[in-house]
Amino acid sequence: MSEATIIKDAICSFCGCLCDDIIVEVEGGKVQRARHACPLGSSKIMGHGRIESPMIRKDGELVESSFQEAYDRSAQILLQANKPLMYGWASTSCEAAEKGILLAEEVGAVIDSTATVCHGPSVIGIEEKGLPGATLGQVKNRADTIIFWGCNPAEAHPRHFRRYSSNSIGRFTPQGREGRKIIVVDVRATRTSRNADKFVRIDPGCDYEVISALRMLVAGKGDILPERVGGVLKADLAELAAMLKAARFGALFFGLGLTHSRGRYKNIDNALSLVAELNQHTKFVVLPMRGHYNVGGIGQTLAWSSGYPMSVDFTRGMPYFNPGETAACDLLARKDTDAALIIAADAASNFPRATAEALANIPVIQIDPYENPTTLLSDVVIPCAIAGVEVEGTAYRMDGLALRLRKMVDSSLPSDEEILMGILQSVRKQRQMMANEGA
Amino acid sequence: MITGRTLAQGAECENKMSPGFFRAVALCHISETDFKSLELTEGRNVLLKNECGQVVLAAKADSGLPENIVFLPMGPWANVLVGRETGGCGTPHFKGVKVEVAATDLPVSDIRELFTNMRR
Repeated sequence: MSEATIIKDAICSFCGCLCDDIIVEVEGGKVQRARHACPLGSSKIMGHGRIESPMIRKDGELVESSFQEAYDRSAQILLQANKPLMYGWASTSCEAAEKGILLAEEVGAVIDSTATVCHGPSVIGIEEKGLPGATLGQVKNRADTIIFWGCNPAEAHPRHFRRYSSNSIGRFTPQGREGRKIIVVDVRATRTSRNADKFVRIDPGCDYEVISALRMLVAGKGDILPERVGGVLKADLAELAAMLKAARFGALFFGLGLTHSRGRYKNIDNALSLVAELNQHTKFVVLPMRGHYNVGGIGQTLAWSSGYPMSVDFTRGMPYFNPGETAACDLLARKDTDAALIIAADAASNFPRATAEALANIPVIQIDPYENPTTLLSDVVIPCAIAGVEVEGTAYRMDGLALRLRKMVDSSLPSDEEILMGILQSVRKQRQMMANEGA
Repeated sequence: MITGRTLAQGAECENKMSPGFFRAVALCHISETDFKSLELTEGRNVLLKNECGQVVLAAKADSGLPENIVFLPMGPWANVLVGRETGGCGTPHFKGVKVEVAATDLPVSDIRELFTNMRR
């Protein structure tokens, strides 16, 4: 029996926390234990059922193929399309994203990330107002007042409290949870609100109004507010505004409660304005609670490559960005794309039903370690090694900190990078053949 | 209707064809008051419908929810009820969706049934 290997300080590649204190025990080429990981990270690192072979759909059925056949068919689909969509990228490395951007440029595709069904409105709001941000380390070491608005880290980012926020113990926050004021704003009580000193329940779709009321109170103009805003009594809002102004170092974490509800990017715009105004009284920072572990990384990689962080259209021979027009859901809803490559995401599950139906009506290439509903709609399925478990690479934490993912175990499957390069080489080869035939 | 993450949904979200994902996600959380007024019991199903479609889910009482709000773990069942409009910013309305909810004896579709016949 082979000896167990211990990998210390491994990084969990599940959520935007990118916890970097995981101790992984590997024996017999398999992960046996992932100490410190939460249930989400543990599920990812320990692994489960995989797609074992590339497949190409023939006569309605997915049939096993070689990798080269899958690359060639994928290249053919991309070359035959007028406006292919390349979507996903949140659960793979920045190195894979770079190769994807290169492929998108060469075939004239629209490249978009899962941010567009997640924190896309945050990206737009931040473009409008700027982000008075901080690292999670600064929050841990300094924040004495923390608001969680429209997010539920107790279930979506389970170790956020203990490692970075409410319950963390830092250099200037030695008392941890006891030394902090924790505020939760949400439309429902959650496991996160149970950890709060003050829970403010607001009416659904009223975030914008409540943020505006807080801005007025912070600015000393509360006298013209009505007695109740968004289902919250003025007295409660006044108490909340006083808590925010009394902070020595405040942090606002916001989630999809703001981006997915009425107001969308304007909610973010308003929240950023609130934080900017609080900085006239004290130090306050704001951060989005990014979901998938590298959804920030694809945004960074696209931004430094093309100038835009998501929904980048290369069909015009230059990068063009107009969410609402070039975002994946809009393209599909308008039937304005005629092929799709879905990588490191499950579009069929996560898009509205009518949008997923549009996906089902065009040729689809899937690159993913796991079978999911997108597999059921795909014409080509290419299994890959898991970035952050079987392949090393770079990922960006939710605060924009770049971290190096470690390889824990070997895989016989190619990485996302290798697959994308295989498709790109096939694209170039088929183009050359077409050029030769034309000549 | 609001949709969102849960711990169980997250733990199963890369294992979507599994029974565990079905148990974690094919659920409709309902306030305790609404749960009683709809004469539901644990194990019973509810039919949710709106102009986008209809879907059957297992009902679950949730003490954290106020009346007239249901919470669905994010995923393909909830997305049957989400419209494709993005308001010009690329992101559909996954929260604040109007739905009608009623008790039903219909069964919950498994994940393969949801996508059967979707392909061209």
